[in-house]
Amino acid sequence: MKSRIASLYAGLLTALPTLALAGEAMTGEVEKQPLNISAIVMFFIFVAATLFITYWAARKTKSASDFYTAGGGITGFQNGLAIAGDYMSAASFLGISAMVYEKGYDGLIYSMGFLVGWPIILFLVAERLRNLGKFTFADVASYRLSQTPVRMFAATGTLVVVAIYLIAQMVGAGKLIQLLFGMSYGSAVVLVGILMVMYVLFGGMLATTWVQIIKAIMLLSGASFIAFMVLGKAGFSLNHMFEMAVDTHNKGMAIMEPGGLVANPIDAVSLGLALMFGTAGLPHILMRFFTVSDAREARKSVFYATGFIGYFYILTFIIGFGAIFLLTNQPGMMETVMKNGKEVTQLVGGNNMAAIHLSEVVGGNLFLGFISAVAFATILAVVAGLTLSGASAVSHDIYASVIKKGKANEADEMRVSKITTLALGVIAMLLGIVFEKQNIAFMVGLAFSIAASANFPVLFLSMFWRGLTTRGAVLGGAIGLVTAVVLIILGPAVWVDVLKNETALFPYKNPAIFSMTLAFFFTWLFSVTDSSRQAQEEKAKFDAQFVRAMTGIGAAGASKH
Amino acid sequence: MNEDVLIKVQSNPKFKELVRKKTSLGWQLSLVMLAIYYGFILVLAFNPHSLGTPIAQGSVITIGIPIGIFIIVSAFLLTGIYVRKANSEFDALNQQIVEEARK
Repeated sequence: MKSRIASLYAGLLTALPTLALAGEAMTGEVEKQPLNISAIVMFFIFVAATLFITYWAARKTKSASDFYTAGGGITGFQNGLAIAGDYMSAASFLGISAMVYEKGYDGLIYSMGFLVGWPIILFLVAERLRNLGKFTFADVASYRLSQTPVRMFAATGTLVVVAIYLIAQMVGAGKLIQLLFGMSYGSAVVLVGILMVMYVLFGGMLATTWVQIIKAIMLLSGASFIAFMVLGKAGFSLNHMFEMAVDTHNKGMAIMEPGGLVANPIDAVSLGLALMFGTAGLPHILMRFFTVSDAREARKSVFYATGFIGYFYILTFIIGFGAIFLLTNQPGMMETVMKNGKEVTQLVGGNNMAAIHLSEVVGGNLFLGFISAVAFATILAVVAGLTLSGASAVSHDIYASVIKKGKANEADEMRVSKITTLALGVIAMLLGIVFEKQNIAFMVGLAFSIAASANFPVLFLSMFWRGLTTRGAVLGGAIGLVTAVVLIILGPAVWVDVLKNETALFPYKNPAIFSMTLAFFFTWLFSVTDSSRQAQEEKAKFDAQFVRAMTGIGAAGASKH
Repeated sequence: MNEDVLIKVQSNPKFKELVRKKTSLGWQLSLVMLAIYYGFILVLAFNPHSLGTPIAQGSVITIGIPIGIFIIVSAFLLTGIYVRKANSEFDALNQQIVEEARK
C-alpha cells in the first residue's frame, strides 16, 4: 500500500511540469489571458501541499471508519471550517459573485437561501444525526427500517445529488483553468478529476477534511481582501459603492431591488424551499457530522460553519458590486461572443470570472494568481468531498449493507469504495465535458431541489415521526426524487436551454414546492396505510431510536487513534 | 441499547425535561428563522418593488440591502443562542441522564 502511494506520488510530481509545459504550448488559443507564472506557482504550491497532506493522511487511514469519517477525531471548530469549505463551492464563490455582477440584488437572494438552512439543520437535525449515524445519512434513515430498500433509495438519492453537484464543480474548474493556464477545457477537467481521485483514494476523509480546511481559510482571507479593496476604492462608503455600481450597470437602479431571477410567487417560494431544506439533504454535508466525536461537537460545528458562510456571502455581495463598477467596460475586461445566435457582451471568459478579474484589478498579478489558486483549490476540495460521499453510498450502503447484508469484511468494503472513487472520477470528467455550457450556479440549485425532495423528507421523518415505515420512506422518497428530476427536465433549464425547445412543458425553474410536498404527502400516505407486521415492528423501535437520538447513549464514538 | 437502559432513561423525569426543553427550543428557533426567511420570500413573491424603496431620501441604498444583511446575521445569531443554551443547560442534564442510566 505504502509503496503504491509513494510511486503514485512520485509519478504525479514528474507529471506536473509536463502539464505546465502543455499549458504554455497552448496559449495561442487564449492570447487575451497570457500565461500567469505567479498563478501557476501558487497553484502548484497548493497542489504539492495537499498531496503532502494526502500522503500524511494515507498513513493514518487504515480502517473503514478512518476512510469515511477520519476516525471521528475532527473538532467542532475544524469541522465548522470544513463544512464552510464544502459549502463555499466554486459555484458559490464564482457563481454568486457573477450573479451579483449581472443582476445585483438577486444574487443576495440566493446567498440568503443558502444560509438559512443552517440554523434549521442545527435546531432539528445535527445532534440527532450524529447520535444515530455512523458513516452515511442512510445509517440514520434506515436505523429502524428495512435495510435493503431504504439504503438503496438513500444511495440513489446520494448519487444523483452528487452527480449533479459534481457537474457544476467540474464546469467551474474547466472554465477557470482554461482562463488561468490556457489549457483546453477538457484537459482541465481531466486534471481536476485526477487530483480529486488522489485525495479521496489515498487520504480518505482525513485528507479531504484538511484540504477543505486549508481552502476555507485561503478563500475567506482572499475574499476578505478583495472586499476590503473594493470598499477602499469606494472611499469606504457603501453609498458611494452602490452609486458607482448603479451608474455603471446597464440596468441602473434595478440592480438595487429584486429582478427577473425570481419570476413569480411560485418560483420564489419554491426556490426558498429548495435552498433551505436542500442543505439538510446534501449527502456530502450530512456526512461531515460523522467526523466529529459527539453531538456537542456536531452542534458547535454548525455554529462556526454558519458564521463563516454568512460572512462569506456578505463578501461575495460586495465583490459582485465591486465587479460592476470596477470591471464593466474597462479596457481588456470585456469580450463580445455569439450565444444562441445573439451577440452578447460579457466579461472575458464569461461572467462567472467576475471575482477572478476583480482580484487582478484590486491586487495585481500576484493576487490574481493567489485567487485563481484559491478558486481552483475550492473546486478540488468540494469535488473530493462529493466523491467521498458518493463512494461511501456505494460501498457502505449498497455493497456492505445491501449486497453483503452487513457482513462485508472491512478490507472488501474499502476496496469497493476505492473502485467507486475511480469510477466516479471518470464519470465526473465525462459529465464535466458534456455540460460545458451550463450556468454553474443554477446547476447547484438543481442539486438542492433534489436533495430537498428526496433525501430530506425521508431523513427528517425517520427522526421525527414514529409512524414512518419502510414502504412509506421508499415510495415517498422515490416519488420526490422522480418528480424533482422530471420537472427539472421538463422545465426551462433543460427543456429550453439544453434541448432547445421553444417553450417549457413545466413553467417553473424550481420544482421543490411540488416535489417536496409530494414526497412528504406520499411518505405519510404509504406509511399510515401500511398495516403489515413489519410496519408495527418499525414503529415499536422508535422509542429506542429516540432515546439514542436525544442522549447519545449507544452512539458511534470516535476511534482511538 | 438494552431494554433495561431504555426503560430507565424513559422513566427518568430528567429525560422528559430534556426532551421538552430541547425540542421546544429547537422548534421555536426554527419557527423564528422560517418566519424571517419566508416573510422575506413572500415580500419577494408578491411585492418585490417594495424592497427597492431607498433607505433615505436621495440614497441609492434600498431597504432590501439591510434586510438581506439582517437575515444573514440573524441566522448566525440564532445558532449562537441555541449553542449557548445547549452547551450550558442541555449537556449538563444529558450528562446526568446518561450517568443515572448506567447505575
